[in-house]
Amino acid sequence: MIMETKNLISIQQFCSHYNIPKSFIDSLYDYELIEIVFEDNEHYLRLTQINEVEKMMRLHYELDINLEGVDAIYNLLKQVDSLKKEITLLQNKLRFYRDL
Amino acid sequence: MAFIDYYKILGISKNATDNDIKKAYRKLARKYHPDLNPNDKVAEAKFKEINEANEVLSHPENRKKYDQYGKDWKQSEEFEKAKQQQRQYQGSRQQQYSGGFDDHDFSDFFESMFGGASTGQRRSQAKFRGQDFNAELQLTLKDVYTTHKRTLTVNNKNIRITIPAGIENGQVIKIKGHGGKGVNNGPHGDLFIKFSIVNNTPFKRDNDNLYATVDLDLYKALLGGDVTVNTFDGKVKLTVKPETQTGTQIKLKGKGFPIYKKEGQFGDLYITYNVKMPTNLTTKEKALFTELAKLR
Repeated sequence: MIMETKNLISIQQFCSHYNIPKSFIDSLYDYELIEIVFEDNEHYLRLTQINEVEKMMRLHYELDINLEGVDAIYNLLKQVDSLKKEITLLQNKLRFYRDL
Repeated sequence: MAFIDYYKILGISKNATDNDIKKAYRKLARKYHPDLNPNDKVAEAKFKEINEANEVLSHPENRKKYDQYGKDWKQSEEFEKAKQQQRQYQGSRQQQYSGGFDDHDFSDFFESMFGGASTGQRRSQAKFRGQDFNAELQLTLKDVYTTHKRTLTVNNKNIRITIPAGIENGQVIKIKGHGGKGVNNGPHGDLFIKFSIVNNTPFKRDNDNLYATVDLDLYKALLGGDVTVNTFDGKVKLTVKPETQTGTQIKLKGKGFPIYKKEGQFGDLYITYNVKMPTNLTTKEKALFTELAKLR
C-alpha cells in the first residue's frame, strides 16, 4: 500500500499546484484520456500520467483547444509517435539491405 | 544584431488591430506549439519567434515603442529613456504561451529593446514544466552489445545514464527531469537522447538478428569439413556439409544481438556461405579439372 501511494498524487494537490479547476481533471477522465485512482476516500493521478496531463493542460488552456480537440490531438500524437518508430525501423531495414 | 520584423513574423499588417494580432498569434501557436511538434527544432524556433512577436505586439506600450523606434533602436536616445520606463513598468497579466519553455528564450534584439522577458510581470504565473532537451549520441555497434553506463555532458551538467544492450539505431530514450528548468517553479523538462549506431563490424544487423558472410574454398564446399567462424562475441566451429552451394544460409541460434531490455536473450546469427573459386590454376590443376569435367 505504501509503495503504491508513492506513485500517486492527489488530484486536489495537483489542481492547487497548477491552479486549475478539478472539473478539468474530471473532464479528462470522462473523455477516457486519463485514469483516476480512488484510494482512502481520495482521488489520485498516477505520477506516470503527469506529463500527459500537463500536455493536455497546455493544449486546453494555452491554445484554447476544447476537450474534443484535445482528445483528437492526443490520439493523433500517439499515432505520430508510433509512425515515427515504424519509420526508424524501416530506415534500419533499408540500411541493412542497402549495405548487403 | 538584426532588426526583427514582428509584424512579418505574425503575418499581419502594421495597422492590425489587437484582435488581428491575437488571432494571428493563436493560429500560428497552434501550428508550431512544441506539444504538437515534438522533437521538431524548426517548429521550436518558429514558436519562440511568434511568442516574442506576440510579447511585443500584443502589449500596447511595447508595440508603440517598437513602432516608434524599432528600426532605429540602436541610435535613439528616446529609446533609452523609454527602456528605463519600461523597466519600471508593471503591466497587467497577459496571456502568454509557455510551450514548455523557460523565460529566457527571447532574441538579443528583444533583450536590448525591452530589457528581457523579466521586465514587468507580464507573463502568466502558471507553473509549467521546462523545455525538453534533445541530444544525439553516437555509439558503435560494439558499444551497444552490452548494457553499460556512460556519462554525458548536457548544458554543462554531467549525467550518468545506463544504455541498455540492444538499443536500435535511431531509437530515442527519455531521461526524466534532465531538461530545462520549469517556469514559476514548475518541474524540469526531460532529456531525449537519440542514438546513432555506427556499424564498423563485418556483421549486418536487422533488429536482433545478425548476418555475416563466410568464404569457403572450393574443396571444403565440395567435400565438407570444419570451418571456424567469427560470431559477435567469439568464434565457433561449424561443420560444412559436403556439396555445400554458394549462398547456403545457416542459422546459429542465440548468437545474434541482445534483445533490448530482455536480459540474457539474443537474436540469431545467420551465416551465408560464399564459395570461392580457385584462381591462378597450375597446368596440373587445369588438367585435373579437365579430367573431372569429362566425368560429368
